[in-house]
Amino acid sequence: MPEQPRIERPHADRIQSERPMIEIRNVTRSYGAFKALDDASLTIREGEFFSLLGPSGCGKTTLLRMIAGFDNPTSGSIAVGGQSMEGIPANRRPTNMVFQSYAIFPHLNVEQNVAYGLKRLKLQGGEEKRRVEEALGQVSLTGLGKRLATELSGGQRQRVALGRALVMRPKVLLLDEPLSALDKKLREQMQVELRRLQQAVGITFVLVTHDQYEALAMSDRIAVMFGGKIAQVASPKEIYQRPVNRQVADFLGGMNFVKAEIVEENGASLIVDTLGFGRIKTDKPKAFVRNGGAATLGIRPERLRVLWDNATAKFEVAGKVVERHYFGEITHLIVEIPGLEKPLSVTETNDFGADDIPVGTPIRLAYDPEALVAMAD
Amino acid sequence: MRARRFLPGGWLSAYAFLYIVFLYLPVIFLPIFSINTAATPKFPLTGFTLQWYEDLPRTPALLDAAWNSLIVGVSAAILSTVLGILAARSITRYRYPGRRAINGLIMAPLVLPEVIVAISMLLVMLQLGLSLSLFTVVLGHVLVCIPYSMTVLTSGFEGFDRSLEEASADLGESAFGTFRRVTLPMVAPAIISSLLVCFTISLDEFIIAFFLTGTEATLPIYIWGQLRFASKLPGVLALGTLLLVASFLLMTIAEILRRRAARRTQNEGGLYA
Repeated sequence: MPEQPRIERPHADRIQSERPMIEIRNVTRSYGAFKALDDASLTIREGEFFSLLGPSGCGKTTLLRMIAGFDNPTSGSIAVGGQSMEGIPANRRPTNMVFQSYAIFPHLNVEQNVAYGLKRLKLQGGEEKRRVEEALGQVSLTGLGKRLATELSGGQRQRVALGRALVMRPKVLLLDEPLSALDKKLREQMQVELRRLQQAVGITFVLVTHDQYEALAMSDRIAVMFGGKIAQVASPKEIYQRPVNRQVADFLGGMNFVKAEIVEENGASLIVDTLGFGRIKTDKPKAFVRNGGAATLGIRPERLRVLWDNATAKFEVAGKVVERHYFGEITHLIVEIPGLEKPLSVTETNDFGADDIPVGTPIRLAYDPEALVAMAD
Repeated sequence: MRARRFLPGGWLSAYAFLYIVFLYLPVIFLPIFSINTAATPKFPLTGFTLQWYEDLPRTPALLDAAWNSLIVGVSAAILSTVLGILAARSITRYRYPGRRAINGLIMAPLVLPEVIVAISMLLVMLQLGLSLSLFTVVLGHVLVCIPYSMTVLTSGFEGFDRSLEEASADLGESAFGTFRRVTLPMVAPAIISSLLVCFTISLDEFIIAFFLTGTEATLPIYIWGQLRFASKLPGVLALGTLLLVASFLLMTIAEILRRRAARRTQNEGGLYA
């Protein structure tokens, strides 16, 4: 009998240094009365792939540009590699940036673009050529060195921008929505490549994005930002599974919200009464702040599973399908539950025929009480 | 465009043809009569000669006028382009109150009657106590050249992606280095184009030069002077032909450069969110 391959469970997180690379302390950036960034504090670790995630106007780009030196905090401090960045202009910071528009110099070819920053260093004995070749290799552009920027596709331009920054061997690579101009397929491919590249070179990457899937797929940690404030900093899994508030939960994909009354609160858990789900014991999030007797619980649509035929589960709710939306690999069901003010959305894979459930069918849904997360409003 | 169908194609073509003929026929006569042996410009042509051209360099007054035109043209081109760069950069790069009004005022000489401009400038120069010379002609030409210089430069500067300069700084380059290695090479075609356009305009300009010059003549003034003598007409036609060809060539090169500059500064990157 052939030997079964053994599947090792991967480590949830890559082992990495705990040393801080970027320290942002109480940084505020005001434009008149408007605060683009409001008392933000954040520590980004060495070798980390860190994402600043939020809707447009949340201050993520402002923060990135302040790390790069294109903008200065109104108050507060930024340090990179233990050195305060106050008064240090962009051209003398140990950071390099990949611009949203790529900012490829159109009058230079690929090689000259990549070598642009090295020219000042006056490297000896072919070292410059060697480093340019190495960088072109890292971004899979070997052999395209003589091409003009105008002859490149969007994806290739992006690689030039990446190579041009990496060749400087910065302590921190800053990426300003680098994938937003690419089409979906290329974007997904570049996500994987960027992640691979980051792990290969070990440089701290700071990515600005408004695309939650991009942040989840690539990052070691994510800071979610709204209205100039940092709402939550955590690993992708933590952010997705245990969002601190409704805003964060909503921004990172679908979430069903359920109103609840707190029955009992102790160290690590909460006991709550809900109308649809009854009495539930759930983990109390570290950041949970009690606000009177009411609480909000959230459950992701994919954590609700359709119970077929006579199957039963320890925890289930019963309701009726009111809408059905087909998405190819999954089906989205909207299920009305007696007692709940809003119907639940449920995503179910199509393996068992969720795409064939007629609207109006009575249905039972299984859930894990652990998946119902308490959060601030 | 359905409406276009109602216009009979034949009539439209005929109109367009007549229009072009009306515009360019007089211009075509110039070179034709300049190689005709007869001293008076009329048909039928009597014979082919290059004599009128050969005579040109043997006329000292003409050479003086050409030299004056060159000095005025080069000075006016450089001055208006330098001023144009400053104005165009300010108009395209910054947002401030009165930006549009200032832009309009700079462009205004394009539509002002040249005679009026010339007379006003003459009055101002005399009031300032300036004696009329090539220098005052240069000042007058700068005024009429700046709108053209601005137009060419703005189209070259517009859409200059600011992140290019930021990228240069990000890669360690100083402000001056960035200007030298990024900004200048990118806008150089527009600057050269502006120089050529201004030079051509100054070279061909008559009214302002006529009012503002002292004793020294520029080429158009020289031509004007020669028109009094019927026997000099073929020489004038030859000179006019040369000016025409020179202007046409300079403007063509300028336009090619302007387009190249505009294409170069267009942001080929991605989208701005």
